[in-house]
Amino acid sequence: MNPEFEHLYQALSKVDGFIYPNEIELSWSILIVLYPFITGLVAGAFILASLERVFNVKSLRPTYVIALLTSFAFLLVATMPLIFHLGQPLRAWEIMMTPHLTSAMAIFGFVYLWYLMIVLLLEIWFDYRYDLVLWARESTGVKKWLYKALALGSDDISPKSVKLDQKLGYIVTVIGIPSAFLLHGYVGFIFGSIKANPWWSTVMMPIIFLFSAMVSGIALVMLLFIIINKVRKQKIDMLCLDTIAKYLFYIIIIDFTMESLDQIHRFYEAEESFEIIQLLISGHLNFTLLVMQVGIGMFLPLTTLGILQFYKPAEKVRQLLYFITGVLVLIGIFFMRWNVVIGGQLFSKSFLGFTSFKLSLIGPEGFLMASIWLIVPFFILAFLLWLFPPWKKTEMEH
Amino acid sequence: MPLHLKRLLLTGVVIVSLFLLLKHALTPDSFGQYGHYRGNSMGEIAALPIHFTGNKSCESCHDTIVTMKNEGYHSDLACEGCHGAGYLHIKNPKTEKLIKPNSREFCGKCHSINPARPEKAITQQNIKDHHPEDKCVKCHNPHQP
Repeated sequence: MNPEFEHLYQALSKVDGFIYPNEIELSWSILIVLYPFITGLVAGAFILASLERVFNVKSLRPTYVIALLTSFAFLLVATMPLIFHLGQPLRAWEIMMTPHLTSAMAIFGFVYLWYLMIVLLLEIWFDYRYDLVLWARESTGVKKWLYKALALGSDDISPKSVKLDQKLGYIVTVIGIPSAFLLHGYVGFIFGSIKANPWWSTVMMPIIFLFSAMVSGIALVMLLFIIINKVRKQKIDMLCLDTIAKYLFYIIIIDFTMESLDQIHRFYEAEESFEIIQLLISGHLNFTLLVMQVGIGMFLPLTTLGILQFYKPAEKVRQLLYFITGVLVLIGIFFMRWNVVIGGQLFSKSFLGFTSFKLSLIGPEGFLMASIWLIVPFFILAFLLWLFPPWKKTEMEH
Repeated sequence: MPLHLKRLLLTGVVIVSLFLLLKHALTPDSFGQYGHYRGNSMGEIAALPIHFTGNKSCESCHDTIVTMKNEGYHSDLACEGCHGAGYLHIKNPKTEKLIKPNSREFCGKCHSINPARPEKAITQQNIKDHHPEDKCVKCHNPHQP
């Protein structure tokens, strides 16, 4: 059979009930699932860092720089799934050159740039400048020049200028908190503002995205904190780890409440789209929503962390439980993004039928491509940790 | 102001200027002339050669076939919808021939069973079971099916 026809007949075999022709194939696939997932990790990790700096949670001090560098490493990659999803990736820059003010996506480019340039880079720079100068003095060869260039050639580490750096860094963090909220709230807004899709169109979307971002970001930093200490064969600061887990527990409660509220509201309102959404939840999203997102990603971690608030087993056991919880939370939040992005495209906007989705292994929208964009930030982070080792930083009082 | 802050400000100014310079250089001249697009594109698109010539140009030579089609179920279809764009054929009718699609899959593109297609508007057949050994055109004349 002619490949063109084969494709058409294959696509039609996926349809169930009545569906409009342009809904048969999903236009947003796993790369668009990754976009809110990675952006969420950025915002969440940054908010954890700001807990220490602005809200003065001293026990989180050992994670401050790790959280900032994690946020930065993931932010550098956040737009890549979007760009690689485009049919014409080389035209991506046009969104910045000729932005349309009514396009939510075009404005995201500037929100992203603001966050990257004004918030993260500046905060990291102010925090590292003192050490950059010291490392430039101690190092040799290329590294010396690199540190010197990054310190903008300045050698000034007088107490007065360092104090000024601290002050400016603090201001940037304070600006950074609403910016992190804006960055991820905005991703939620992009979905929440699509009024034709009842699975997305809710004012709760930015808030839900924001809190789930915090959950995933905090879980990621907690995991990295355990891994980095294990790799460096250092004793894990248990007070710090317990505190991260405590905040993770609090934020999961808020996130769970918000998501439940959204669903309860949907159930109680029971608008005309309710029937198809009910079928979606009990059918196509049965496994990814009820098992992966709610069961494994939310209920298990919530129970484990809840118990650990009252009962504290030996350090080794706690570390293992925190590690497993962190992984489960990340899986759960990934499936939350999956259920939003894929789930919203599975049912017809006529509310009369479904299409289905099968993830391919290879190809531009395949599993391997998505894995690459999920792994790359870890390599960037490893490089950043090598270039700017937080454990060699001079301890500063924030 | 300490030296490093002066340099930081300067870096910021350089980055913003570079962005504005790039924006200026990369935005096409006629952008925004009529709306949020390149004004020149209007003329460029209008100047493109027309590939589809329309039923009337077919009728000038193939009038019997067009009349037959217009009396049948396919009266609403354009000739070029099945036969492809006809501009080259009109220029050189002897050398440039149009396609005559006659495969079962081609007919099935519209007539195979599809729940998303209203049964009342388009006749639908299970093309796997309905005389699978023959071509559709053996029994159905596509110009008067």
